[in-house]
Formats: sequence, structure tokens, C-alpha cells
Amino acid sequence: MFNRDRWREIFETISKNKLRTFLSGFTVALGIFIFIILFGLGNGLKNTFQEFFLDDASNAIFLYPGRTSLPYKGFKANRRIEFDNEDLEDIKKNFPMFTEYVTPRISRSALTRYKNESNSYTTRAVAPGHQFIEKTILMKGRYINEMDVENKTKSAVIGRLVAKDLFKTEDPIGNYIDVGSTVFKVVGVFQDDGGDNEERYIYIPYTTRQQLEKSNDKVGQIIVTFPKEMGHVGAVTFEKSLKKYFKDKKSIDPEDPNGIYFQNLTDDLKQSQQFAVVLQLIVSFVGLGTLIAGIIGISNIMVFVVKERTKELGIRKALGATPRSVIQMILHESVFITAISGYIGLFFGILLLKNIGLSLEDYFIKNPFIDFGTAFAATIILIIFGAIAGYIPAKRASRIKPIVALRDE
Amino acid sequence: MGASSLHVLKGINFEVEEGELVAIMGSSGSGKSTLLNILGMLDVADEGDYILDNVPIKDLNETKAAKYRNKFLGFVFQSFNLINYKSALENVSLPLYYQGIARKERQVLALDYLQRVGLKDWATHLPSELSGGQKQRVAIARAMASRPKVLLADEPTGALDTKTSYEVMDLIQKINQEGKTILVVTHEPDIAQMCKRIVQLKDGVIIEDKKVEQVIASKYVQ
Repeated sequence: MFNRDRWREIFETISKNKLRTFLSGFTVALGIFIFIILFGLGNGLKNTFQEFFLDDASNAIFLYPGRTSLPYKGFKANRRIEFDNEDLEDIKKNFPMFTEYVTPRISRSALTRYKNESNSYTTRAVAPGHQFIEKTILMKGRYINEMDVENKTKSAVIGRLVAKDLFKTEDPIGNYIDVGSTVFKVVGVFQDDGGDNEERYIYIPYTTRQQLEKSNDKVGQIIVTFPKEMGHVGAVTFEKSLKKYFKDKKSIDPEDPNGIYFQNLTDDLKQSQQFAVVLQLIVSFVGLGTLIAGIIGISNIMVFVVKERTKELGIRKALGATPRSVIQMILHESVFITAISGYIGLFFGILLLKNIGLSLEDYFIKNPFIDFGTAFAATIILIIFGAIAGYIPAKRASRIKPIVALRDE
Repeated sequence: MGASSLHVLKGINFEVEEGELVAIMGSSGSGKSTLLNILGMLDVADEGDYILDNVPIKDLNETKAAKYRNKFLGFVFQSFNLINYKSALENVSLPLYYQGIARKERQVLALDYLQRVGLKDWATHLPSELSGGQKQRVAIARAMASRPKVLLADEPTGALDTKTSYEVMDLIQKINQEGKTILVVTHEPDIAQMCKRIVQLKDGVIIEDKKVEQVIASKYVQ
């Protein structure tokens, strides 16, 4: 049925009824355009959220030492708990199935100097596994490795902003910095998606820190990562047995809420993910709403168009147009217009999103985007509903008796 | 229209021979337009038979009615009913489009009919650029283009002045002389006198059906 004559008839109608064509086309184009912009901005918001909350590894348990609040096994309350190197080894030994990396983290603030530039930074004395916990990305050089830990080398991996502050344009690798009166060699520069603060750290081997502090074996916090496959339930179980093990080992009352604090990142992750789901729901809702508004817009236009053409359709019927050909003509026309203008809206929407890029980052919208499948599907939906919206009045118009249509003047 | 039914025609029985030019007269409300609408398959009679060219017209669904209209009938309306965004030529070729005739052939035929009504030079003009008489001539050309058996004219001169009315009637008479059967609904006696037969309707029945001495319209033209 898609013969050239029909197309010619439709092009003629379209080109001679420019206002009508423009109105219906504009509604569709605007609907798709706004849908894409809103959906894209929503995605940008999600990007920012993910960057804020999902930066660190989620399969980690943090152990913080504290003070006991209950007396137990002859120990008084308010006893200070500390972790040491032996605890690291014990975790590896006792939970081999559950652990991926075990790393200490000893945080100290230190004035750091290079040539004439100096600033105060936080140093973190860690084991090599720490890189995977913070999802640290190396820009240059290397991270702390096992050799550093074994030989207690004075190697430092500095954050991007540390390098920028101290070295300006100079390449930091191989240069020596003064960290709290001890000279360290810079072996790597890293960046981190977690924001500026994360890029102001200096990482050193934990054994070096221990040696500097009178060769003790204290490790500050302990961070344990477990295989992701364990899931949230597995993580909770692991945390429980870890808690039981350490309370026993450090002689802390099992009922004591203090002494050692555990932070299981999967809990945070679960909350964050719920938040992300809500965000996604809002974005989808906004998108759906826009789409529905667009559909209502087209429906109105189509009713108006058919109403306006009642007389013309009556004439056509008197001249021998069958109801079928009337419906086909209206649908063909409306689908053609919505398809063309839908893709115009699609094009401009995506173009605008591409141009926004990072310019709205201050408003928590980063890299707004819409995947092409969604945009395409939305356009198709609008076209289909445009056709349905056109079909109902067209069907009615095709049934109207030509005499009635012609009487209406 | 409306919910309550109203019997407009109360028993009409008449026959039209091929090549006749019949005027259907009557005051308003006499049922003349209803009769024409039934003849034009734009409306259906509650009961009775309608036989057109030996084909009984009954049990019409919309599609069938559309096909019959396209094949058998040409319409001329009081208010012309041209499609305002189409040129004279396109208006005339529209019934041919619904007959499924190819575009090139359509245009040749349509131009031919426009020439017959003397509007060949106006082919590309829109209806809004034509005078009332010209519009009605385009409408007549359109009605003729599908080569119908019968031409039905509902008050074809109702919206025109006397001089233009006679020009249109002159055209209708010429078409009739070529052998076409034409029914004209009118309430103007002078227009009716230009036909060959007058059927008088009153309150839904035929009160008079007579052959008349045809007044030749071309005498009054110029």
C-alpha cells in the first residue's frame, strides 16, 4: 500500500498546511527533547552520586581500635586496645578463605617539603593491598610493594595534588621529599575519583612508619577485604566471626560495644545502592511523566487536526474515498510527521547533552548522558502513541457521513 | 438528526431515464435534499428499493457506498465544497485518485475536464483565487471527471447571482446534451424551467411530475 501516489498526496498535504504540520511536529520534537534533557540530567546526578559514595571498594571491613567499657577476665574497664603486626598475620592465617587483602593503616600528619615548597599532608602507612581498597589509580610510577614493606624502604607514593603543590610542573618521580624530617623518595603519583581530599595523601610502607616510631609493631587500623562473591550476607557472617575472634583474642567482654569498632562497607554500599535505586526511580518517573505529557500533547493536536479536516474528509468521502483510505491517509501523515520531528528532537537533545558535558559539575550534574537505546525507544513510543492518538479521531471521522461533514460549515 | 425519527419522505415513486435532466423542486422542508442524499448514497431510505443502472442499491456498508459513489455518481454542491488547499487541477483529479488512476493520466484527464468548463488557464489556481461561478464550474468538472452515470446537483446555483447561475445552467445543459443523466435540486422556478422535467415535492410526497419545454440557458448568457 505504500505507493508513490500516497506519499505524494501526503507531502502535498503537509507542505500546504505548514502551520498544522509545524504544530504537531513541534509538540513531538519538544516532548522528545525535554525527555532526553531531563533523563540525561538525571543520569548526570546519578554519576555524581556514584562518584561520591561508591568510590571505595565495597568489599571491605574496617577494624578500629578503641577502649573497653566493661571489665573482663580480670582486666579493668577503659583499657586501651591496640592492633599489631601479629594481628595482621592472624587474620590471614585464621580466615584464609575469607580474606583477599589485609592491610594496616597508620595515619600521621606531617609537614612535607620539596625545595622551597612545603605543606602539611596526611601520610598513610600501608601495605600494598591498600591500593585496591581505596581504588587508587596510579598516574606515574608504582605503588608501595612487598619489597618496600620487607626492607622498610623510604618510598612514598604521593597524590596528584601533592605533586601539583610541591613539584609544580616538575616530574616528581625519583625526587626526594622531606616528610616530617625524614627524606623519602617519590616512587609514584596517584589520582583518586573520591575528590580533592583523597588526592592529598602520601602513602608510605607501614614497616617504615613503625621503624620511625621506635621500631614498635603497632598498626593503627586494620582493613580486610573479602571476595565480592560472598555478598552482603557472607560479609555480615565474616564480620561476626572476625568480631568474635578478636574479642576473644584481646580479652574483651563479648557484650562490650566498645573496645574494637567494626565498619562493614557492604552496609554502606547497601544504603547507597538503595539511594541510587530511589534516584533512578525519580529519573524514570520524570522521564515517564514527560513522555506522557508529550503523548497527551500529540493526542490533542491530532483531535484538532482531524476536527479541522472534517469537511475535507467529507468531500473526499463523497468523491469516493473509502473509510479505510481516510484512516490510512491520516495515520500515514501523522506517523510521518511524528517520526521526522521525533528524530529532530532526539538529535538536538543529544547534541545539547553532549555540549553540557562537565559544565554543570558544580550543580552535582556530571557527564549527563542518555543511552541511545532509551532515547530511541522513547521516540518509537511517542510515534506509536501518536499513531494511536491519531487513529481514534480518524476512525470516527471515517465513519461520519459525508452529508453531515459537509453540512458543518 | 437527533434521537427522535422524523419521516421526511412519505412514499416516493419515480423513475428517471438515461439522458434526462430533471429538476426536483419544492419549498424548504419538502424533502428534496433528503431525496437527493438517498439517490447519492449519502443517506439510506428506511424502506423501499433504489435501482441504479439495473444495480439494486441496498445493504451498503461504508466502503461499498464509497465505491458506488466513486463509480456511479458525481456531486455538485451549493457551497462548492472544493478542498481549499488544492489547486483547481488537483481538485478535479481527486476522484480519479480514488479510482486508482495513475498520476500522469489523472492530470491529463483533469485538464481535459477543466478545459471543457472553460477553466484550463486557471488550473493551478487555488479555490480562494476563483470567483463563485468559477468554483462551481471546477466542482462540475470534478463531478464529471470520474465519468459518472448520474450527476447530482444540490442547489448548484444557490450561492450564485442570476447571470452566473445561467452560465452554470448552460454548462449543465451542455453536459446533458452529451447524454449524461442529471438531477438538479432547486427552489428557483427559472432554473427548473431550464430542465426537461420538473418533479414537485411537498411534505414528502410528489405532487406534480411533468415534462417541460426546456428554456435554453445560453440565450441569457452574454
